[in-house]
Amino acid sequence: MTIRITRRATLLGGAGLAAGALAAPAVAQNTPIRLGGLTTLEGPFATGGQDAYRCVQMELERINHTVGGRRIEFIRESSNAQADVALARARKLVEQDNVDIILGPLSGAEGIALRDYSRTLTGKTIVNGSSGASDTTLRNPSPNFFRFSTDGTQWMAGLGKHVYQTMGIREVAVTAGDYAFPYAQVFGFNLEFCRLGGKVTHYWAPLGTTDFTSQIAQINRSNAGAVVVVHGGTDGLAFMTQYAQAGGNKPLVGGSIMADQTMLSARGPHRRVMVGMISGGPIADVIDDPTWNDFVARYRRRWANEGGFASPSIHAVNYSTNLYGILHALKEVNGDLSDNQAAFQRALAAAEITAPTGASVKLDHNRQAISDIFLNKIEERGNAAQVVAFDRARGINQTLGIPEARFLSLGSPSRDNPGCVATS
Amino acid sequence: MSLLGFAALLALPWLLPLVMPPGQAQFWTANILGRAIVFGIVAMSLTFLATYGGFISLAQMMIAGIAGYALAVCVDGAVPRIVGGFGYGAAIPLSLLAATAMGLLVGAISVRTRDIYLLMITLALAMGVFRFVETNIAWFNGYEGIRNVVGPTLFGFDFRNALVFYHVALATAALLYCGILYLVKTPFGLVLQGIRDNPRRVAALGYSVGLHRIAAFGVAGFIAGCGGVLSTIYNIGISPGTIGLGATVNVLIMSVIGGLGHPVGAFIGSLIFTVFDTFAASIYDRDRFNTLIGLVFLAIVLVSPDGAIGIGARIRRFLGAPRRSLQPASASSIRTAEEESP
Amino acid sequence: MDLAATIVLNGLTLAALYFIVASGFSLIFGLMRVVNMAHGAMYLLAGYVGYSVFEPLYDSDVWYAWYAGLAAGVAFAAVFGAAVQLALLGWMQGQELRQALVTIGLSIIVADQLLASYGGTPRQFFAPDAIFGSTQVPWVGGYPTFRLVQIGIALAVGVGLWLLLNRTKLGMMIRAGVDDRQMLGACGVNVPLVGVAVFALGAALAGLGGIIGATAQPLAMGADGRFLLISLVVVIVGGMGSIIGTALGAVLIGLAEQIGQAMFPTYSVILTFVIMVAVLALRPQGILGRA
Repeated sequence: MTIRITRRATLLGGAGLAAGALAAPAVAQNTPIRLGGLTTLEGPFATGGQDAYRCVQMELERINHTVGGRRIEFIRESSNAQADVALARARKLVEQDNVDIILGPLSGAEGIALRDYSRTLTGKTIVNGSSGASDTTLRNPSPNFFRFSTDGTQWMAGLGKHVYQTMGIREVAVTAGDYAFPYAQVFGFNLEFCRLGGKVTHYWAPLGTTDFTSQIAQINRSNAGAVVVVHGGTDGLAFMTQYAQAGGNKPLVGGSIMADQTMLSARGPHRRVMVGMISGGPIADVIDDPTWNDFVARYRRRWANEGGFASPSIHAVNYSTNLYGILHALKEVNGDLSDNQAAFQRALAAAEITAPTGASVKLDHNRQAISDIFLNKIEERGNAAQVVAFDRARGINQTLGIPEARFLSLGSPSRDNPGCVATS
Repeated sequence: MSLLGFAALLALPWLLPLVMPPGQAQFWTANILGRAIVFGIVAMSLTFLATYGGFISLAQMMIAGIAGYALAVCVDGAVPRIVGGFGYGAAIPLSLLAATAMGLLVGAISVRTRDIYLLMITLALAMGVFRFVETNIAWFNGYEGIRNVVGPTLFGFDFRNALVFYHVALATAALLYCGILYLVKTPFGLVLQGIRDNPRRVAALGYSVGLHRIAAFGVAGFIAGCGGVLSTIYNIGISPGTIGLGATVNVLIMSVIGGLGHPVGAFIGSLIFTVFDTFAASIYDRDRFNTLIGLVFLAIVLVSPDGAIGIGARIRRFLGAPRRSLQPASASSIRTAEEESP
Repeated sequence: MDLAATIVLNGLTLAALYFIVASGFSLIFGLMRVVNMAHGAMYLLAGYVGYSVFEPLYDSDVWYAWYAGLAAGVAFAAVFGAAVQLALLGWMQGQELRQALVTIGLSIIVADQLLASYGGTPRQFFAPDAIFGSTQVPWVGGYPTFRLVQIGIALAVGVGLWLLLNRTKLGMMIRAGVDDRQMLGACGVNVPLVGVAVFALGAALAGLGGIIGATAQPLAMGADGRFLLISLVVVIVGGMGSIIGTALGAVLIGLAEQIGQAMFPTYSVILTFVIMVAVLALRPQGILGRA
């Protein structure tokens, strides 16, 4: 009896929905290319996800949703930054919505889940959104997962050298979240800083820590010449506020997600200590580059009245960069996705593009971006704090210039393997 | 009747293409029905406790997660490798054992409490395990979780094949479902229902109320564990989000939407939930899925505390059909628990 | 030595925050037998509403910005709590499980609507200059002043609640209602109204916690679940419905959390739950709970 109810509900639901999705599979040249977007619109990372879709929409509008003579249909899906949810939505995009290409996801664990999923697909391509875990492309890469954005370790390129050589600091305190993304960032910093002879003390705090008072007391008492802060979102804001409250005055060096508009647009005392902070990353608010200035101007025009930030966020830029990769390759092959997308994937692998920031991007043999990283400083400009790029490290690859075999033998970054090792 | 229904469900992957394009039929098989069955198994462990024991445990998703994590920690090929060294043949029984043990433990901790106290304590335990798993790197790889649990190859059939997965999940669900219906007719099941209705009288008859309750939690733990193993294989891994507050509440939502009066409610609820979850973007607004499902849940609790089963029964009564009660013993367990409370 | 003192002081200030939040939960539970699963959502709601009042005032540099935010948040939470009791929970009095489920549904909707209107960006209140900055504390050195104020507020809440329940007519009616609702009604007291008052008060305390909490640490999505969990654990440990028990529970959990984090960071969560399980094994009704 009840089982019949189940089946009836199934059939009813199916019949209702089939009508909406009956669009034939995209094989013919004149049918639209179906591009599925996957980002985080639920949960605590929702702001970044919204901004990513803003820029994707803006860039698609700019080319009038057409590339290589074919229309692009953009189908939005969202997750909540959890791997299992991202996977379920990606499956929905591929199997229900019949997309040809997925652009996404946003966060690290989701990226690895989608990389694993992409391996089970034929004739579909997944191009990263903004996820930045190294292992997604470094270990067990998948032939149809491409990433035109850089990873968390790459983002720290040049920072350790700057702290040691330019700032002349020999000892630092690193305070970081106890999970994969901060590990990768600390690893990138330490590779340079320790190689030059710097000394590092680590303070790890579990994700979701809101009380850093004891840690700050220890740091303020130590001999460290600077504090390297690699916390995300709420944890970062908590650390900075409490650091200001405790009267901390050591120079600050930040991870890539510390120097972000989400942090700087929050008002309060943390902004005072953050002015002057040095950080590294794939973007800045102010970059002296015409491509970037044009992108920011278009972003402001399009979104100023619809909830946009003062300048595009890191996720928006990463999604745009990856979208550029897709569009470039589609143009190369004239929108031809036949033969299980073989030609398209070859074009993706060979693509050399310019990111919205003006950074040049090409892919390595693991389909991972080799690109430019900016060295940034937070400055007070007008009445707002802004992240200003003052230097650019060009052509940074995933192993920060260390031979790949040697880099892989260092092992995955972790709290017991934070990168303070001889690399020569 | 139910044999016929089961046969129909088994054949569903071949029936669906008759009413929709093949690509969609596969999607429905794997991602809606398959997922609904897996969720339904976890929800059924909650419904089992609610229907026959009279307690609503919010720890069931966490217990399912324990099985999933045990599998991911032990099995070969998982990334990162934490213990490893076990094939699926050994790791799956081990995971089910872990879930059963966790069920027994939850039962033992909450044995002296009931009703809303039990709800509070099981929720606190679930959230405690969640926080621990999320922050512990050494055993659970923290926030990122453990990936690449691809599942075994069964008699030459690969688990990653949607059809294979669907049928294994369906068979598991059917076995567990029949197992429950059998169990509640055994002396153990009868004593359990006796405890639900009047613990004092049962105690006076010389039965140990506490031991029966703990055992019931053990059974529920085993059921949840089956769901956890399947869901981990389905998701190719597990991360803390799987057992977070949202997931915990989702299982409760499924059980309540379906109806807490009969184990089948779990599957009805999970199917409704999964359909909503998948098509929220088309029905309403992807971003506001939680508002939508929250409203549905609230409406059910306010209007029809016995869930979809109750609505079905009412419609039949309204249409004048002779009422075939799906509900054993006393009505829904929301009410059952009320009657009990002093 | 000074590190140990800092950790203990941290534990106490955290306990103060936990007490403020959990006291509202305990009050509603003790007097109304309602497990308010939306308690965390009320914390969040007050925080965000307070923040939208606070922000423009803070920008225009008025000294009362924080106080206005505090008042707005607390008032909003109180009204919300009263509305919930009036519209949803009042007419199912006695159906405890159903009430708990209703509040779960509410908390999902509230959290999602807050996310819709405020986004995921973390926010933080900044205390007025008088209570910002740091104060010299013996053995500890410079310590954030606001955290000391937090302890003061918690003490005031505790004493205030005790006086209200034991020394006022309203308190007398509330306590009488717990023991025998029908008799209280027969005496001519408007029982449903007393229920609404208790719920408003409990929600207002969640709201107070929300503003204080969002001044001490950032306010973001997820705080609702965290503070619901903390309220649950504190009340389970301290004893259901006992104000002194709640205080005791808050101190135990606050200290355990800080000591755990300092000594074995990745296992600190376990310490909290070991305490909870130990209490449940020895006294299922909580340390100071009535059996």
